[in-house]
Amino acid sequence: MTTVKGLGVSGGSAVGIVALVAQPSPLPDESVSHDPIGDLSRVNDALEAVATRFDTTAAALSGEASEMIAAAAAIARDPGLLDAVEQNLEHLGAAHALHAAVQGYAAQFTELGGYFAERVTDLLDVGARAEALLLGRPMPGIPELTEPSIVIAHDLAPADTATMDPALVVGIVTEAGGRTSHTAILASQRGIPAIVQAKGALTLTDGLRAGIDGDSGELVIDPDDTYLAAKAEKQRTRERILTLTGPGKTSDGHPVMLLANIGNVADAELAAVADVEGVGLFRTEFLHLTASTAPSVAEQAAEYVRVLAPFGGRPVTVRTLDAGADKPLAFADLGPEPNPALGRRGLRLMLEREDLLDAQLAALTQAAAETGALVKVMAPMVATMQEAAWFTSRAHAAGLPLAGVMIEVPAAALRAQQVMQVSDFASLGTNDLAQYTMAADRMVGELSSLLDPWQPAVLDMVAAACEGGRVTGKPVGVCGESAGDPLMALVLTGLGVSSLSMSMQRVPMVRWSLSHHTAEDCMRFAELARRANSAETGLEAVRSAASKEITDLL
Amino acid sequence: MPQRTATIASTVGLHARPATLFTQKVSEAGIPVSVGKKEGKAVNAASILAVMALGAKYGEEVILIADGEGADAVLDELVAFLETDHDTKK
Repeated sequence: MTTVKGLGVSGGSAVGIVALVAQPSPLPDESVSHDPIGDLSRVNDALEAVATRFDTTAAALSGEASEMIAAAAAIARDPGLLDAVEQNLEHLGAAHALHAAVQGYAAQFTELGGYFAERVTDLLDVGARAEALLLGRPMPGIPELTEPSIVIAHDLAPADTATMDPALVVGIVTEAGGRTSHTAILASQRGIPAIVQAKGALTLTDGLRAGIDGDSGELVIDPDDTYLAAKAEKQRTRERILTLTGPGKTSDGHPVMLLANIGNVADAELAAVADVEGVGLFRTEFLHLTASTAPSVAEQAAEYVRVLAPFGGRPVTVRTLDAGADKPLAFADLGPEPNPALGRRGLRLMLEREDLLDAQLAALTQAAAETGALVKVMAPMVATMQEAAWFTSRAHAAGLPLAGVMIEVPAAALRAQQVMQVSDFASLGTNDLAQYTMAADRMVGELSSLLDPWQPAVLDMVAAACEGGRVTGKPVGVCGESAGDPLMALVLTGLGVSSLSMSMQRVPMVRWSLSHHTAEDCMRFAELARRANSAETGLEAVRSAASKEITDLL
Repeated sequence: MPQRTATIASTVGLHARPATLFTQKVSEAGIPVSVGKKEGKAVNAASILAVMALGAKYGEEVILIADGEGADAVLDELVAFLETDHDTKK
């Protein structure tokens, strides 16, 4: 039994067969093509074979995933790609000519940015697949799975995850990635156990039996019977947890609303049938990021109706457009910035493009009226009281009576009293709050330990925000990943947070954890965590003080 | 060979949706068509990759060249297409 350790980012455990995602290996040396016409035709056949495979995949899928794959098929059939290959064959061999053609377009698209840059992943994927066919090498990407498997990769592209069959992928392990990377969020949404930052995982051999624990972050190779029995017991308890239902509350009845984070219509439909009290974070970027022009009020309203309607009278908290900088919009690109995380993003972009905010607020008002839903709106990336006041007046004027702020900038946490005076509520975005408090970029996986929500400095920020809520008598929620951690949820409750919004898969465990502790326990845990000198000792202190019924499961 | 100049009317330029529609139209025409900026090199107008890589922006002029049967009619249609804004509404 050997163990690979990483960072658990999506809870639960499973047993499966190791399936490695092949790493692109360097191309073999080739001489300049002796037969350019023959080589061009071989490259063409390889590209056509890739396109045909994509056609089949696209036909088996629906919606956005299907469109993504169909777009990739069109790239494989593109005459311009073949034109470039033909030119390259004058001074290169077949595989290198294809590689150079793909890299050439990829470089141009990366430089163009925005919509183009998003196509680069597709293009590189098409190129890698065609190269593999040409060289008789195994296909890159997720191999064809025939039994429940644990997929191990350096990192996974969005196109990989779109085609993942949840019945066959029982666990995901990546060597790269971080707590809030694409892989982590997707796995957690789908309830697939996942580990990131698992150094050395790619040195494992295909076909080995392994057990994954997405809570402890351990991947155990060739697990023995004791291990399997312990995991099976844990899984049974997890199933028992699912029998506890209803609104979140501590054992002595202190209410803590349990809400879902959603990002599109499909999420909304899934979350609405789950046992949650509403939505604490609806990310609205999906409508905008792929559009080449600003979606109209009518277009937006139609989509919002589809998201709001399933929730009936339950509250839905909508975060207004959080784009810009690293998430540029084709129709509102303010240009590249040296430091996107600190740039003109979120509300700062809206201040430049008021028309975009007003259109979104108008669409939400229309959708709220049409569905009778309880809509709350909140602005991302607020730093000052003046910004908060501006947003609140804008939202109220549009006909939305509940306007709040995301607290993710330390300035807003430290001045929460003033910020909340001019807002109706606040929601802590703990991922960004940690990033800005610790000055550690979320995109840099190696800095994961600084981004740990147990960092005492981050908890001090949360406490400052909660104090603002207490003084102004307004509710403070949390909608970052930390809300879904069953122990951290207790600490947040103890600090004064009144709602926790998370991936819906995490709700049952948090509900269970709350139900085993009193409000006073939570306050004591908050003390313990804040008094600690490090993230590790804080977590350890709370873990040993919490009910064994909970900690045995973690 | 017949040749035309067109001014890009789509506000996002010749990319994303307008570029997709444009290359589809070229493919349907069934004759070779090239497109390029005034000083730049001409590329295959049926290739979405090549057309997008041109990076032709709103208000910029591009030159279209076609060869084959009905080339004049095809070019007229393509010019009309490029000189219409295809972003405004789905």
